[in-house]
Amino acid sequence: MSQRSGAVTAVRVTVQHPSFRQAAQDMAGTSLGIAAWGLVTGVAMVKSGMPVGMALFMSLAVYAGSAQLAVIPLMAVGAPLWVVWLTAACVNLRFVIFSSMWRSYFAHLPLRQRLAVGYFSGDVIYVAFMKRFPEPRPQPEQIPYFWGAATTNWLAWQVPSIAGILLANAVPLSWGLGFAGVLALLGVLLSLLFDRATWLATGVAATAAIAAFALPLKLNILVAIAAAVAAGLLMEAVDRRRHHPRVVLVPPDSTLPPEERTQVQDGDAVALREERHP
Amino acid sequence: MNVTLDWSWVEPAVAIAGLAAITVISRAFFMIPQRELPLPDWLKRGLKYAPLAALTAVIAPEILMAHGELIGTFRDARIPAVLCATAYYFWRRGILGTIVVGMAVYLPLHIGWGW
Repeated sequence: MSQRSGAVTAVRVTVQHPSFRQAAQDMAGTSLGIAAWGLVTGVAMVKSGMPVGMALFMSLAVYAGSAQLAVIPLMAVGAPLWVVWLTAACVNLRFVIFSSMWRSYFAHLPLRQRLAVGYFSGDVIYVAFMKRFPEPRPQPEQIPYFWGAATTNWLAWQVPSIAGILLANAVPLSWGLGFAGVLALLGVLLSLLFDRATWLATGVAATAAIAAFALPLKLNILVAIAAAVAAGLLMEAVDRRRHHPRVVLVPPDSTLPPEERTQVQDGDAVALREERHP
Repeated sequence: MNVTLDWSWVEPAVAIAGLAAITVISRAFFMIPQRELPLPDWLKRGLKYAPLAALTAVIAPEILMAHGELIGTFRDARIPAVLCATAYYFWRRGILGTIVVGMAVYLPLHIGWGW
């Protein structure tokens, strides 16, 4: 049997496997949401001023909703490539975590298939797959199940995305349909805020991004990311010591006694030096 | 005859090719090496803040600025749209509804009243 007909047979076996259809059914519920996202992303790309051909290329090649939406405003003003890529990489960081879960199911596949699994594995596939196979060990029906879910997800995304690209071209820019992309990202952002540290980090990022807006090369994005990550980690470090530190008053012209020095270094006490003036 | 070739498509095309590579690398990250790698701590920590920082950095100027300056008026359709969308999100926790509510407030104000 030639290699090509071998591949065709492999595809046919995968598609006809009952798990393939099972996956398509499992994905049906979330497909509507995916489709709406695809439509919004397609519209947002064209309304940012991207030519239709380029938007089609982006939709088919990048295939990542929130990363695409995040870089659209950056590409529209000609931000340098590394800022565009860094922003996308940050938004995609969750997939890196997912990939360590995928590994326990697909590590035995050859590299090219592992890369293909990676490329087609979006968030909703991850959720459906983990619900169906909670045990992290390889089983033969996992591969057809994955490709069933991946095919459904790909169609549910690309068809509305391409429709959005073509339709948006007919709607005047002044309607402001591109704002739907901002709202979509707003929804994702709100879903990431679940404690004090994340709210604080967001406030810092927003302030920094606006205050540093005049920087060239869209560097305000970088400044905002750095400031927010620093603020979040700082807040976490503070929260870890929830017990209230006590204040140690240090008289002027003297040093801390040794045992109080260790307390201050451990964060259990805050040294406050008396000053010799009113 | 002086025909200048239009090279303006090159940079976005390169950007998009790079973004496609980022999609593959991030989604396959721990499946790429032969040996299993432990999940490093910096990744777990970074995961909590880097995505929300990047998203905020992108959308905050899109919502709060016009012509490179902080907007100085409340007669801007984006403000009520974002407030209503946020309220909806915390009421129902659905992203799709957040988009729909936001646009339902935004479009009439923007197209109808010119805000």
